[in-house]
Amino acid sequence: MDKVMSDKKIIALYVLPALVVIMTLVYSPIVMTGYYGLMKWDGIGKMEFIGLANYTRLLSDSMFWQSAYHSFLLAVFSVISLGGYLLISLILAGKIKGANLLRKIYLIPMLLSSVAIAQLWLRIYHPTNGVINSVLTSLGTENIPLWLADPDIVLYSIFIAIIWQYAGFYILIYYAALKNIPESLIEAARIDGATPWQIAYKIKIPLIANVIKVTIVLAVVGSLKYFDLIYVMTNGGPNGASEVMASYMYKQAFRTYDFGYGSAIGFFLLLICLVVTWVIRKLTASEEEIQY
Amino acid sequence: MTKKTYSLIFLCTMFFLLVVTGCSSSEDTSSGSEQGSDSIENVTINFMHLWPAGSSRQQNMIVNEIIEEYQTANPHVKIVQEVLENEQYKTKLQVISASNELPDVGMTWPAGFMEPYVKGNRFTPLDDLLKGGLKESFVAGTTEAYAVDGKTYAFPLELNIVPLYYNKSIFAEYNLEVPETYEDFKHVVKTLVDNNVVPIALGNKDRWTGSLWYMYLADRLGGPEILTNAINRSGTFEDESLVKAAEEVQTLVDMNAFVRGFNGLSNDEGKSEFLNEKAAMYLMGSWELPNFTTNEEIPQEFRDNVGYFKFPTVEGGKGDIDSWVGGPGVGLFVAENSSVKEESKKFVKFFVESWGEQAVVRAGVTPATAVDTTALELPQLYIDVLNDLGRASNMTLFADVQMSAAVAETHLNMIQSLFGNQVTPEDYAKRHEEALAVEGN
Repeated sequence: MDKVMSDKKIIALYVLPALVVIMTLVYSPIVMTGYYGLMKWDGIGKMEFIGLANYTRLLSDSMFWQSAYHSFLLAVFSVISLGGYLLISLILAGKIKGANLLRKIYLIPMLLSSVAIAQLWLRIYHPTNGVINSVLTSLGTENIPLWLADPDIVLYSIFIAIIWQYAGFYILIYYAALKNIPESLIEAARIDGATPWQIAYKIKIPLIANVIKVTIVLAVVGSLKYFDLIYVMTNGGPNGASEVMASYMYKQAFRTYDFGYGSAIGFFLLLICLVVTWVIRKLTASEEEIQY
Repeated sequence: MTKKTYSLIFLCTMFFLLVVTGCSSSEDTSSGSEQGSDSIENVTINFMHLWPAGSSRQQNMIVNEIIEEYQTANPHVKIVQEVLENEQYKTKLQVISASNELPDVGMTWPAGFMEPYVKGNRFTPLDDLLKGGLKESFVAGTTEAYAVDGKTYAFPLELNIVPLYYNKSIFAEYNLEVPETYEDFKHVVKTLVDNNVVPIALGNKDRWTGSLWYMYLADRLGGPEILTNAINRSGTFEDESLVKAAEEVQTLVDMNAFVRGFNGLSNDEGKSEFLNEKAAMYLMGSWELPNFTTNEEIPQEFRDNVGYFKFPTVEGGKGDIDSWVGGPGVGLFVAENSSVKEESKKFVKFFVESWGEQAVVRAGVTPATAVDTTALELPQLYIDVLNDLGRASNMTLFADVQMSAAVAETHLNMIQSLFGNQVTPEDYAKRHEEALAVEGN
């Protein structure tokens, strides 16, 4: 068997099927998208080559930059919320009563589909019958906000739903990482008289730094290409106030029949995600891996 | 090489075969059905529509019966249905027409919606079917909405107008009369607001819902041609009465005429305010009629309470009360590259002919083919709408359907801004002009 595994041809044979699949299903659509981005095409009729016109139009499209700004805001909010998730995980991983039950509670949103979550939050935000506004009304508040209809608020209303949606996912990752830390290290610190806060800040967080880096990349890239809740809850409205890059791309391609421009946005989105990932990795690069 | 190596290679080959056959199997089945057209005995017509059994039960039932009837009369034809919900349908239609794999028969919306498909050579002209009396059976003007450059590319199934429904018991409670002029209408709104009743149900997340209000105000202020002319560039959106119509929308918003938070509510959510008797009025197409007449799931008590009136006239305005916003709904097309084109056309003709009366009686759809209603037993509300439809002096096709897709997107966004008081009527008009100017180039 060793002989087989060292034979380069055999290795190539092993890799080939997966390579073919990933090339046809992942990389060729990316290349095709970039190619369609060079076309004037309504998605149906004849294509017309127009060079980089779609990309230059993108640079001067204020609606696009507005949606890009919204995506950027979402990324910032997601990264900030990672801190909250981490805090919850630290508490859960510590020895508190009912940690198991709490963990399950946090995980439940993960089990719902995005559309179900969107429906749930639509009920919560309903202007007259919604939970929030019912409470506010009974408290006698005047000028109750219109969570999804007010262009100044709508984006943040959706952000809260998204942060809620992903809580379980990130808490699970952090929790698993924290549980991996050898108990002896914590024990030793405790004997040396470290406070729980010091243990968390000086020992636990540095030890899971790599996991945190991964989650930052996941959160930022996930935010940049985020689509589903927004599409169901507001469809980007009112008048683009909650539009993000992915929903704008969808609208251009499928609602205004500008498939070439939609493709250009999609390709541009990919480039942004690649660049951002690279920058985050550069920024968070550390000289050495911490070993237990 | 060792025995193990051979077995590895064997496994890899098997995997490859699996992948390759997996990919091609779908092509096999589709080409198989196309080949069927060569022999006279077996023809398979793929039919894609948007009336799922769940949300459009009556329509779905009738479709199935017509198909069954057709298959019994033509035993060599097999009709395979694919049913999708509205939004999914639109997206799928575009995706499959990009790869030129449209079903043999499908549904389309008129005018601006179908134009890219016609220009892209995806639909086949159906003019030859119109000969021999079929054209005359359609309500005048409906097939024209599906015509591009003088050729008809689809046959309409529905014809809708937009009445202003109201709740009779709420009106009675506050001693309100059905308004005939816009001043009366505003008085109704004011009385309801003063009594803490929401005057109008509206879900403007869908945007075309708000567009209906603007269209009516434009029509009543500027006459039946004003909006159409602005869209086809013989007029302008900066016309005095179109700007005034935008102003009036904001006047109504400022009077709190519409349900709270309408810009974040979908049409269904808005409608439920009317169905729950929390809102007194609701402006919506005649496709809602079954909900107010025959739908058993809605309490009889409420259904008895629903009446409708024509959108009031504005003093000094050019539009008359018998002018309606409305137009044909979905229509049937035959795909240009269908391998069973002739058979599909025959089926479409048969479908349209059997649809009319069935649709009226059983689904409460106002069909695009003329139907003699005197012999039929129908709910009164329904008869009234059909009669008004017959007396209509003008029919203004839904603005977002008249416009090209890109301009429609601007229009719908501006409608949301207008209703949300985030744009002045002047800017509203200007943005329309800009969008239309880009289109002209």
